[in-house]
Amino acid sequence: MLDKFPMQQILNEEGKVNPDAGIDKISIEQIKHFYYLMLRARLLDKKSVKLQRQGRIGTYVQYEGQEAAQVGSAAALEKGDWMFPTYRDHAATLTFGHSMRNLLLNWRGRIEGGLPPEGINIFPPAIPIASQLPHAAGAAWAEKKRGSDRVSLVYFGDGATSEGDFHEGLNFASVFQVPAVFFNQNNGFAISVPMEKQMNTKTIAQKGLGYDMECARVDGNDILAVYFAVKEAVERARKGEGPTLLEAVTWRYGAHTTADDPSKYRDQSESEKRRETTDPLLRLERYLKNEGEWEDAWTAALQEDINKEIETALEEMENYPEPDMSQLFDHVFDVPTWTIQEQIDEHLAVKGRKS
Amino acid sequence: MTTSVQMKKMTMIQGINDAMRTMLAEDENVLVMGQDVGVNGGVFRATEGLYEEFGKERIIDTPLAESGIIGTSIGLAVNGFKPIAEMQFFGFIYPAFNQIMTHATRIRQRSMGRYTAPIVIRAPYGAGVKAPEIHSDSVEALFTHMPGIKVVVPSNAYDAKGLLIESVNDPNPVLFLEPMRCYRSSRVEVPEEKYTIKLGKAAVRKEGEDISVFTWGAMTIETMKAVEQIEKEQNVSCEVIDLRTLYPMDKDTIAASVQKTGRALIVHEAPATGGVSGEVMSVINDTSFLYLRSPVERVCGFDIPVPVYSLENEYIPSPEKIKNAIQRSISF
Repeated sequence: MLDKFPMQQILNEEGKVNPDAGIDKISIEQIKHFYYLMLRARLLDKKSVKLQRQGRIGTYVQYEGQEAAQVGSAAALEKGDWMFPTYRDHAATLTFGHSMRNLLLNWRGRIEGGLPPEGINIFPPAIPIASQLPHAAGAAWAEKKRGSDRVSLVYFGDGATSEGDFHEGLNFASVFQVPAVFFNQNNGFAISVPMEKQMNTKTIAQKGLGYDMECARVDGNDILAVYFAVKEAVERARKGEGPTLLEAVTWRYGAHTTADDPSKYRDQSESEKRRETTDPLLRLERYLKNEGEWEDAWTAALQEDINKEIETALEEMENYPEPDMSQLFDHVFDVPTWTIQEQIDEHLAVKGRKS
Repeated sequence: MTTSVQMKKMTMIQGINDAMRTMLAEDENVLVMGQDVGVNGGVFRATEGLYEEFGKERIIDTPLAESGIIGTSIGLAVNGFKPIAEMQFFGFIYPAFNQIMTHATRIRQRSMGRYTAPIVIRAPYGAGVKAPEIHSDSVEALFTHMPGIKVVVPSNAYDAKGLLIESVNDPNPVLFLEPMRCYRSSRVEVPEEKYTIKLGKAAVRKEGEDISVFTWGAMTIETMKAVEQIEKEQNVSCEVIDLRTLYPMDKDTIAASVQKTGRALIVHEAPATGGVSGEVMSVINDTSFLYLRSPVERVCGFDIPVPVYSLENEYIPSPEKIKNAIQRSISF
């Protein structure tokens, strides 16, 4: 199947464009904007790891190395579309308009962390693996029933393809031909378990064949390949031509989370090697240099702006009011049931407060 | 001026069908979805005629995948629809447990009220209809223990229609359990027009003075049999209360009854340990301890898997066991 699903690439590791790839459809400004979005995601990720080490946030889930897959896919969406992320998809949610402060609050154990700004349809990150795929199918189905041209885009990893909900989500989407894009980030490892232990297939894209679904495999570290593949899938969905399964082959440089030690299950020198070769930002840098569009002053200014944005978000996060205990009970039901109301009253009485 | 309400005798399955028809006609966002609910009209005929009347876009034959049915219902619900999702049997709900436990019941809180999943999950349940293995489970306690979902169990056509309409109107997820033995066991007068029964309110089936018997679903049948017999056999007066909603439970009605009679018995067919009877006892303990004249009794299923049907009558609480428990309580 590897030959049937070649890894589609537009920009090679040297930053050279495949001449057959149709790169003229995208402006240099947009490519530079992609670089900015990936840099922003990477700097936030690096900062978050540091914050965890300093004890300023809790366990953190890194995505460094996966910026092209996440930013490229999210950039193909429009407002009103739906995004169903996992806990490793901050580069995607940030690109789609999530609040940086709230993303940081998420890692500080705050319920606000799951909440995007008003008018932006991002689900709180799914924790149980693959459970978000049926949601994406359902939300897309609702759009189809209303006759809109909005779509849903759902993120999941290689390990998720072993779960029943992966197959149920794809099957519902296929049977009802809903406008959903199933976007797999195959980073090669489900915590410690490598892809070859996870499945007997060599590609994830081929799993779409079982659902008679459009499916393709792209270089997930090539933001242009990702962007165009997702854009094509999104446009197909908007036109009512059904769902798509995309596999973006990528790599996480770091651990599964800050609580994980990857040296136990893989040679981390592979990550170091990849930083110098397949890295999504380095590749775009090389492209921009080849095109004569790279200026050190430009990236320095970007870094400065992004660092300021992160510092502001961090300050807002750290100065965010402490959670009120009412958050424990709010929104479990629209109105607390009597059992919950009694528990509120008893809890407040112990605390010496009135409800 | 008088208004006449058109009444019609219905079985519970007809009441359920009528409730869905009423809500489908009233609100175009209401959908019915599940295995066999469309063309076939449901294996118990609960959705009979709905496909013809409302079409395939609203009465949806889904793939046979319980997690997928609930998972896509969540996506539809947060995006504006009101799915009534059928689990063909309650014993088949387990693949959907994760979707209900980690998403349907939590999305309101996880999104601070931004997204909600007002789904009604219907499921035929309970033993006593000679169904194959697994089809007869009574695991309501798995869901009364689950924060964020209401659990409703009608026992007749009138309650079923009013409670199901109210469940569809409820902005929270509702598990609507339909005792299979009650589907066609009685016909009662049901208004043809729309009406609702508030969730969380029990029904006093029979007033009495000496003991309060709390039950729900198909066990109302066994309980009423036992009470009729024991009242003929000896000078005892029993109050029978059909809880109808298991979460949130009708604390006030439970307390008022026990405070009147001073004795209590709970009857359910689910396994005793961890069963909802424990919660009824807890309500009695919290509200009416000093009114009690004897220990609270319960008659429940055994702590075993619901058996194959050749032995199900050994499993289901019998009128004899219920009578014995009433006797123990009275003569304590």
